[in-house]
Amino acid sequence: MSLDPEVVRVLAFLVGVIAFAALNAAYLVWLERKEAGHIQRRIGPKEVGPFGLLQPLADGAKLMTKQLIVPDGVDPVLFKIAPIMVMVPAIMSFVTIPFSDTLVARNIDIGLLVIFAFASVNVLGLLLGAWGSRNKYAIISAARVVSQNVAYEIPMLVTVVTLVMITGTMNLHEIVMSQQGGFWNWNILRLNASPLMPISFLIFFVCMLAETNRAPFDMAEAESELIAGAFTEYPGMGFGVFFMGEYANIVIGACLATILFLGGWQCPFGLYPGVHWFLIKIYAIIFTVIWIRWTFPRTTFYSLLNLSWKILIPISFFNLILTSAMLKVF
Amino acid sequence: MIDYFKEIISGTWSLFVGMAITIRYFFQPVVTVQYPHETLPMPPRFRGHIDLVKDEESGQSKCIVCGMCQKACPSGCITLAGEKPEGGKGKVLTKYILDFTKCSLCGLCVESCKPEAIAFSRDYNLAGLNRNDYVFDLIKRMEERN
Repeated sequence: MSLDPEVVRVLAFLVGVIAFAALNAAYLVWLERKEAGHIQRRIGPKEVGPFGLLQPLADGAKLMTKQLIVPDGVDPVLFKIAPIMVMVPAIMSFVTIPFSDTLVARNIDIGLLVIFAFASVNVLGLLLGAWGSRNKYAIISAARVVSQNVAYEIPMLVTVVTLVMITGTMNLHEIVMSQQGGFWNWNILRLNASPLMPISFLIFFVCMLAETNRAPFDMAEAESELIAGAFTEYPGMGFGVFFMGEYANIVIGACLATILFLGGWQCPFGLYPGVHWFLIKIYAIIFTVIWIRWTFPRTTFYSLLNLSWKILIPISFFNLILTSAMLKVF
Repeated sequence: MIDYFKEIISGTWSLFVGMAITIRYFFQPVVTVQYPHETLPMPPRFRGHIDLVKDEESGQSKCIVCGMCQKACPSGCITLAGEKPEGGKGKVLTKYILDFTKCSLCGLCVESCKPEAIAFSRDYNLAGLNRNDYVFDLIKRMEERN
C-alpha cells in the first residue's frame, strides 16, 4: 500500500509547525533574558552551555519534573483544559502562515480570518484557567484580559479591514504577492493607497502588543499586584504550556505584522526572496517587542483602555474612511 | 482638539526617545562583575574582620600582649594570652582567638592597638557550615598567610 502524499504532507507540517512553535517558545525566553540583560548592562544567562544556550532546556526539564498539583477547590476540568486551550490555537494559527512562496501548510482563501478566529480563543483559555483556579488574583487578571482584548481587537480588525480593502484578498499568500518588488511596494509604505499607512502599522503593532499581553500592556500578569495573574495556581508544566502559548502568540503576531505590512518573504530590494527574509523580519519585530518591554513601565489599566477607545479606534476608523475614499476616487 | 493631537504626537515621540536610550545601553559594554569567576580588589579602607600584623624583621607578631583590644571590644570577641619568655624582655603572644560570630566590625580594637599589631583583613569570602568555623585562631591565620 502506498502512502498518500497528502498524509505525508500533513504529518510533515504538523511536526514542523509544532517544532517551530516549541523551539521559538523556548529560545524566545533565552532571547528575552539576554536582551533584558544587555539593556540593563548585564550579561544575562551564561552558565548553562555556551552563551547560556542550554538554559531553556534546563528550565524545561525543571518544569517537567515538577509535580502537577491540582489545588483544592479548583474546577478540575477547566483547570486542566485551559493551558491546552491557550497552546492549541497558537499552533493552529501557524497552519495558514506562509513562510515563503511554497512553504505553507494550508493556503486558505480566508487565512487572515482563520488567524483572528484562533486568536480570540486564546483569551477564552486564559479566562477559563483563571475562573477554574478559584483565586482572586486570577479572576482580576481574567477580567483585565477580557476587557483589554475586546478593546484592542477593534482597532486591530479595523486596520486589517483597511488592508484587505487595499489588497482585495484575505489570502495571506496573495497579500504577500501583492507587495512584490521592493520595500516601496510594501503595505507599510503604500502611501498612494492611504497616506496613513505607516500609522496604521503602528496601530497594528500596538494592538499586537496588547493582544499578546506584552509589556507595557501586561496588566493581566502584573507581578507586583497580581502575583502571576491567571497563572497563579498553575504548577510545573501547566504554567509552562501557558508560557509557551504566550510566546507562540508573539511569534504569530510578528508573522502577521510581517505578512500584512512588511512584505512577508519579499526582499526589500526585490532580490532573492525566500524564507530567510521572512525569518529576519519576524525576529526583528520580536526583538522590538522585547526591547519595548524592557524600556517602558507598565501602564495603568485606565490609560490602557483610554489609549484604545480614545486614540487608536478613532484614528483607525478615520484611516478606514480615508482609504475607502481614496480607493473610490483614484 | 489641537491638544488631543499634540498629546498624541509628543507622547509617541517620547516613546521613541525612551527606546533610543535603551538601545544605546544595549550596545554598551556590560558593567557587572561575574562574581565567582572574577572579583574586584577590595579598597584599602575595607573593614573586614581583624588579622594580626606580622613584624617584617622578626617574623613574629607585633603584639605586646597589653590586652587593650580585649578591653576595648564591646562584644567581648577577643581572647588573648601571652607569656614571658626565659631571659627575654616583654611578653610574647601565645594565643589570639577572635570569635567572629559576635564581632560587629566596629574597629575599636584596631583603634586601641598602640603597636599597630592588628589590622582589618580584606577577606570577605566567609562561608561556613558550622558556628565554630567563625572562631578564628589569628596566630594560625598569620602563619598560614605566607
